[in-house]
Amino acid sequence: MKVAYYPGCALHATAKEYDDSCQLVFKELGVELQEVPGWICCGATPAHLTSHLLGVALPCKNLILADEMGLDTVIAPCAACFNRLKVADQEVKEDLELKKDVEKVLGRPYSGRVEIKHPLEIIVQDIGLEKVRKMVRRELEGLRVASYYGCLLVRPPEAVSFDDPEDPQSLDNLVTAIGGEALPWAFKTECCGASFSLSETDIVFQLSGEILNEAVEAGAECVVVACPLCQSNLDLRQKAIEKRYRKRINLPVLYFSQLLGLALGMNMRELGLLKHMVDPTKLLEKTLV
Amino acid sequence: MARIGVFVCHCGTNIAATVDVKKVTEVAKSFPGVRFTADYRYMCSEPGQDLIRKAIREHGLSRVVVAACSPSLHEKTFQKCTEDAGLNPYLFEMANIREQCSWVHDDREEATSKAIDIAGVAVAKAHRNSPLQTTFIPVEKRVLIIGGGISGIQAAIDIAFAGFEAVIVEREPSIGGRMAMFDKTFPTLDCAACILTPKMVEVSQSDRITLYTYSEVEEVSGYVGNFQVRIRRKARLINENECNGCGTCWQRCPVKVPSEFDRNLGKRKAIYVPFPQAVPNVPVIDREHCLYVDKKKCGICKKVCPFEAVNFEQEDEIIEEKFGAIIVATGFTLFDYSIYGEYGYGKYKNVTTGLHLERMLNSAGPTGGKVVRLSDGKEAEKVVFIQCVGSRDEARGVPYCSRLCCMYTAKHTLLLKEHNPAAEAYVFYIDIRAAGKNYEEFVEKVQDEYGVTYLRGRVSKIFERNGRLTVRGCDTLSGTQIEIDADLVVLATALIARPDATKLAKMLHIPYDQNRLFTEAHPKLAPVETVTTGVFLTGACQSPKDVPDTVATASAASVKACGLLSHDKLPIEPQIARVNAEICSGCLACKEVCPFGAIEKEEIVDKVSQKKRVIAKVTATLCNGCGACNTACRPEAIDLDGFTEEQIFGQIESLVADRGDGK
Amino acid sequence: MKYAIASEKVRRTFAKQIEKISGERISLCYQCGKCSAGCPVAYAMDYLPSQITRFAQLGMVEKLMGSSTIWICASCKTCSVRCPRGIELAKIMDAFRILAKRQGIVPKGQIAPLFDGIFLGSIEKYGRLHEMGLISKLNIASGRPFKDLSLLPIMLRKGKIRFVPEKVNSPREVRNLIRKVEELESK
Repeated sequence: MKVAYYPGCALHATAKEYDDSCQLVFKELGVELQEVPGWICCGATPAHLTSHLLGVALPCKNLILADEMGLDTVIAPCAACFNRLKVADQEVKEDLELKKDVEKVLGRPYSGRVEIKHPLEIIVQDIGLEKVRKMVRRELEGLRVASYYGCLLVRPPEAVSFDDPEDPQSLDNLVTAIGGEALPWAFKTECCGASFSLSETDIVFQLSGEILNEAVEAGAECVVVACPLCQSNLDLRQKAIEKRYRKRINLPVLYFSQLLGLALGMNMRELGLLKHMVDPTKLLEKTLV
Repeated sequence: MARIGVFVCHCGTNIAATVDVKKVTEVAKSFPGVRFTADYRYMCSEPGQDLIRKAIREHGLSRVVVAACSPSLHEKTFQKCTEDAGLNPYLFEMANIREQCSWVHDDREEATSKAIDIAGVAVAKAHRNSPLQTTFIPVEKRVLIIGGGISGIQAAIDIAFAGFEAVIVEREPSIGGRMAMFDKTFPTLDCAACILTPKMVEVSQSDRITLYTYSEVEEVSGYVGNFQVRIRRKARLINENECNGCGTCWQRCPVKVPSEFDRNLGKRKAIYVPFPQAVPNVPVIDREHCLYVDKKKCGICKKVCPFEAVNFEQEDEIIEEKFGAIIVATGFTLFDYSIYGEYGYGKYKNVTTGLHLERMLNSAGPTGGKVVRLSDGKEAEKVVFIQCVGSRDEARGVPYCSRLCCMYTAKHTLLLKEHNPAAEAYVFYIDIRAAGKNYEEFVEKVQDEYGVTYLRGRVSKIFERNGRLTVRGCDTLSGTQIEIDADLVVLATALIARPDATKLAKMLHIPYDQNRLFTEAHPKLAPVETVTTGVFLTGACQSPKDVPDTVATASAASVKACGLLSHDKLPIEPQIARVNAEICSGCLACKEVCPFGAIEKEEIVDKVSQKKRVIAKVTATLCNGCGACNTACRPEAIDLDGFTEEQIFGQIESLVADRGDGK
Repeated sequence: MKYAIASEKVRRTFAKQIEKISGERISLCYQCGKCSAGCPVAYAMDYLPSQITRFAQLGMVEKLMGSSTIWICASCKTCSVRCPRGIELAKIMDAFRILAKRQGIVPKGQIAPLFDGIFLGSIEKYGRLHEMGLISKLNIASGRPFKDLSLLPIMLRKGKIRFVPEKVNSPREVRNLIRKVEELESK
């Protein structure tokens, strides 16, 4: 199986470990990833808050590039990129006027041929958890995991959802398949503060603080995520949140690809686990068999 | 040759302002067969009708054409007028030069020309009208009432009082419906059982009312005055005539299962009476859970019954009965709120519905009248009520307002406070609909005297945290987000049609809307009738309503039914299909397209060959004269009396004929 | 202050504009408040999302554009998913922001729009986001030059900082794309 790979800006910078772990994991799973040549920023949130057309044209440009690769699927690990690609694709397919404008701006026709998926989708649906389970070399020994999906992976359901928008299960099912204990909790899809990390950091403290608190209350030993912004908000800002609310949290925040990579037998360094702010090594060494 | 009179109506300025009625009248004189013409301001008025009657007598007219408004308004008026003057009413023809002419055009010249054409076409048809005869059918003086809730019960009482027989078919083991589950009713706070049970007893004791409980209607055929109904009396496994309701059987039964009547909050036995005041007070055996039926074990009930009323060999009984009218009183069910992920997908034990709360509040209910947390049975000190769950929700629920919830939520908060004065009650609402008599005063009393906090806004999320529920809502009036930690959350779920409502509608040939609620004949003027003559609607199966409205519609439907039954015979419209046996090839294409099931096959002996063959046969009483069969028939063997092929072709010929005016 | 209502104002010229940009029917909102109830950032807003919608319905443009609400909105789409009338409020919020930026009526002191502008400037220059550039420019522009400086050493140690921007082969293409969009939209 071969798919186009759209890393997005974050995976080439602060979220490098997400990129590395994804590449390693998919290689192990037998899926060849080919990076979209010359990809540009999808525009994330700032584009669609400034101009509707720009917010659609940027993702479409990348989808045209993926189309030119001759592959029929492109995966985007960053939830924001994934969301923008899917929404732009859907809007252009539904609004012919918009499609005309996009094609005018890009100077190329838009075929809409390429299917957009999230790597989690590939693992859970295309490869299947049964196969993944069989490939596990190191069981997680009941590690208590709070699966945090965030907003953009599951909303709006008409455009992006391969999972339920209120109580999604795909990350939880993956955790269970690799031997962890997926904890039920009510904050799976509450917003972490998203792109306010730099501009309205206080809001991130409040929102991410509440999420981390709920994860602790649910009995979590760690949180697993599928978005670089969520990871950053919950991990990078965790110490500041602890200080602000005078409460110890100490929850490592891992990318699902890192957790899966560990289960498949890879080591912590190559999966970028040493790059996290909240140190996961002690917890994982204790847990992994 | 026919002698035709043409009467053109001005209808004040409705027609005359756009159409030159004098010209139409003038030109009509030249139509073939026309012997008399006249125009008048209001043809439907007494003097207008006098004009027609006089003309018929004085000029020996054999056909009457009135060019005026739509036949749906005054066809019957003019038919009667014609009949009064001694002519068969079906020799009258109406030309619509108002709705189909003056009201939709502006150009006077063109409208007048069109009106002339319309009148000409009517005259052409009138030539070929024949004196159709109304036939009559007998009427069975019995009414079938499907459903034994308060609406069915009230209808039965009214019909019996009027001197007719009523039969209630109720699918549950007892009559009483939803109302029997309630604790107290708003706004009087009467105990529901106390006001309902006397009516239930009245129904059981009346000579004119027959109760078939634990029974269902399986098939309905026939037509108004003569419905044939097949009813399945499901086997209770108890001989009703022997049982005296002593209760020894269910007291000794060892099997306990969740009770549907208590909404699964309490338990019942495998042999059970759904509630203490059940009518009939005869238990029923739940075949799925009975040890004897399932595994041939136990059988205690049979052993201890002093009257030997238990009969495990009893089978379903099928009975066929005839009725003159049918009243549909099948009621409602409740919206399933577990589709809302934001409310927990139904997995939080302490999130429940208004009907569950009724059972808790009821002193004879599963919690002895205490409002408790369903997770641990502790008394609920802080209760949040959420209105409009499923209602007014186009996205995932039903678009309409369920009408009752504002009132019963107010009632629930009052009763909660009465049972536990220390309890706190919060109500999240969008609007308060309290339009009935004393309803507004009731809600205000709850807000003032009982200290219930009303918050205006929907709730976005309910989740569990440390064994307590957190409710995240909003108060738009103060512009704040509201978060409440609650012991119990009560959802006022929408009243919706039962899932099998469509099956019943098809059985009865009545229409239903996109919400599966049965459609009334006219939303303003005929709320308890359907377009199918003889079938009436009452209660919530037509639209959500409270007890006073339900009782009102029950009485209304009974009057309508009794009205039918008070006739010894009913007239049938003669404008129905007729088969020409000579031409009919028996292909039965007409039978396939008939929406009323009015055509069946008939075996005849051919006059010429003396061999048997099949032709189509029209049941006059079922035919509605829609003409679909006519269109489907290839050899033109079936025709519609009053709208025959000959008549229609005559109209077409008149339209294309050259009238020498260049058009 | 008394608000003078006139039929033309309420006759929804503003609302129509918003409906056109967002593709959502703002008139459908019956003010049930479910969006406001579930909004995670409403606590930091001066007006609730449902109140902003009401301002739009009544044509109260100044009140709407002067509020912090539309800039605090995190685009999390919780409102869109739960609206009983199926209105995607997040798209309408986008439309308010787009209109405000187009007309240059962004209130001073709102940092989120600054962030948007600097972000887009970065991708216009390089084709991909230069995170370090964004952080430093934003902190200076918002008058907080030393913000998050304490995180710098540990991030350096973990190798999370990339000082040199990553460029695409032909950033001019991206610049042209943005120019063309601006051209088309100015019509």
